[in-house]
Amino acid sequence: MQVPAPFEYQRVHSVGEAISLLDRLGDTARLVAGGHSLIPMMKLRLANFEYLIDINELHDELGYVRVEPGLIRIGAMTRHRELLESGELAAAFPVFRDAERVIADPVVRNRGTLGGSLCQADPSEDLSAVCTTLDASCVIQGVDGERVVSMEDFHQGPYETAVGDAEMLTEVRFPVRPRGSSAYEKVERRAGDWAVVSAGAAVWLDEDGLIADARVGLAAVGPNTAGIPGITQALRGQWPAQELYSRAGDIAAEACSPVTDRRGSAEYKRHLARELTVRVLRRAVARINGQGA
Amino acid sequence: MSVNGEEITRDIEGRLLLVHFLRDHLRLTGTHWGCDTSNCGTCVVWLDGEPVKSCTVLAAMADGHEVRTVEGLEQNGELDPVQRGFMECHGLQCGFCTPGMMMTARALLDREPDPSEEEIREAISGQICRCTGYSSIVRSIRWAAAEEAGTRTTATDPALGTGATEPAAAATSGSAS
Repeated sequence: MQVPAPFEYQRVHSVGEAISLLDRLGDTARLVAGGHSLIPMMKLRLANFEYLIDINELHDELGYVRVEPGLIRIGAMTRHRELLESGELAAAFPVFRDAERVIADPVVRNRGTLGGSLCQADPSEDLSAVCTTLDASCVIQGVDGERVVSMEDFHQGPYETAVGDAEMLTEVRFPVRPRGSSAYEKVERRAGDWAVVSAGAAVWLDEDGLIADARVGLAAVGPNTAGIPGITQALRGQWPAQELYSRAGDIAAEACSPVTDRRGSAEYKRHLARELTVRVLRRAVARINGQGA
Repeated sequence: MSVNGEEITRDIEGRLLLVHFLRDHLRLTGTHWGCDTSNCGTCVVWLDGEPVKSCTVLAAMADGHEVRTVEGLEQNGELDPVQRGFMECHGLQCGFCTPGMMMTARALLDREPDPSEEEIREAISGQICRCTGYSSIVRSIRWAAAEEAGTRTTATDPALGTGATEPAAAATSGSAS
């Protein structure tokens, strides 16, 4: 039987209460949201805490998808299922629905949250790649107020984030720009598994149909969820075309640093990084032009 | 917490998992304990109306919330149509995955009374039947859907794909919707 080591269970009912408790307990405490990454790690004793602070009661406060002009704000306690089922989110960022369909399974998605996924900071985690692709920023609340950090600064290494001991992630913000779309693809060994490699792309066109901006985010090909700035540079100002996507795929394959493990060889993962980058760029552009689902 | 409509109060350790609370403290052993890693889904119960894997939920998290287990499917001495569907269509062989499968099926039918085969397969995709009896499980759930819609006329109506005793009818069930 796998059971976590003993800890004190605490339940909080507001963000303020959570932060003051974290402030008092320091690094002996950890927040738990959906718990579908943390509880398995605690069962394996890979993670041990004196205090576990349950923030599921904050779902009313932090479970939302708010669409504003030029910005979508998603609360950290929004569950995978809610992200999958949000029509407004899918309309602005199809990459979310693509990814949510292949994250874990429907029952796990009833429980897991956006904030929990990002704070877990697993390099294979899909929503981190989605947020990197969409140039998201993370709102971190602490005793002295809130600060906003980019995805690049949020992930500081495998399982490490910018969130301090007395802070919590409360919201993720996504800039919405015109004439853009996005897509996500994942290769996995079986349904619901972690990615062998997955890739997200977001593309924005200018009024003439040239690429105004493009971003690619890859999961499971290095210590961090990787954005590939070289692709952005190579694509800006160009006409969208297959040859261009192939060049982007080459850049992705070169820029990533996968390791051989049970999910596949480094060489195979590099191949996937290349091929998936091509596919998601092509689909994102097709979606801008109203083609393809 | 409330379990199958009954208010329950117990002093427990913070680290106690919901599956063990249900089985060992309340003796509700219908919920099975399987892989312990949220992969197999035999431990699925409802938490506030949604299926969850109870091996990955702390019992304390359910404090103040509503839990429903497979024991709560039966109402007023009558089996739920999902339970009857599993009986009619051989939805279980060894029975180990069955409680989780039925809880997920009930939640699916409450949300989508007429699910396609694809929707059923997606709904149970986080649950494993090691007897590999998935086709029978899908048929069982479709039997329950038809039963509730009042469109099931006999247990072997091929149009509804409920032909548990008719191999030919079973083989065509995938195209009906």
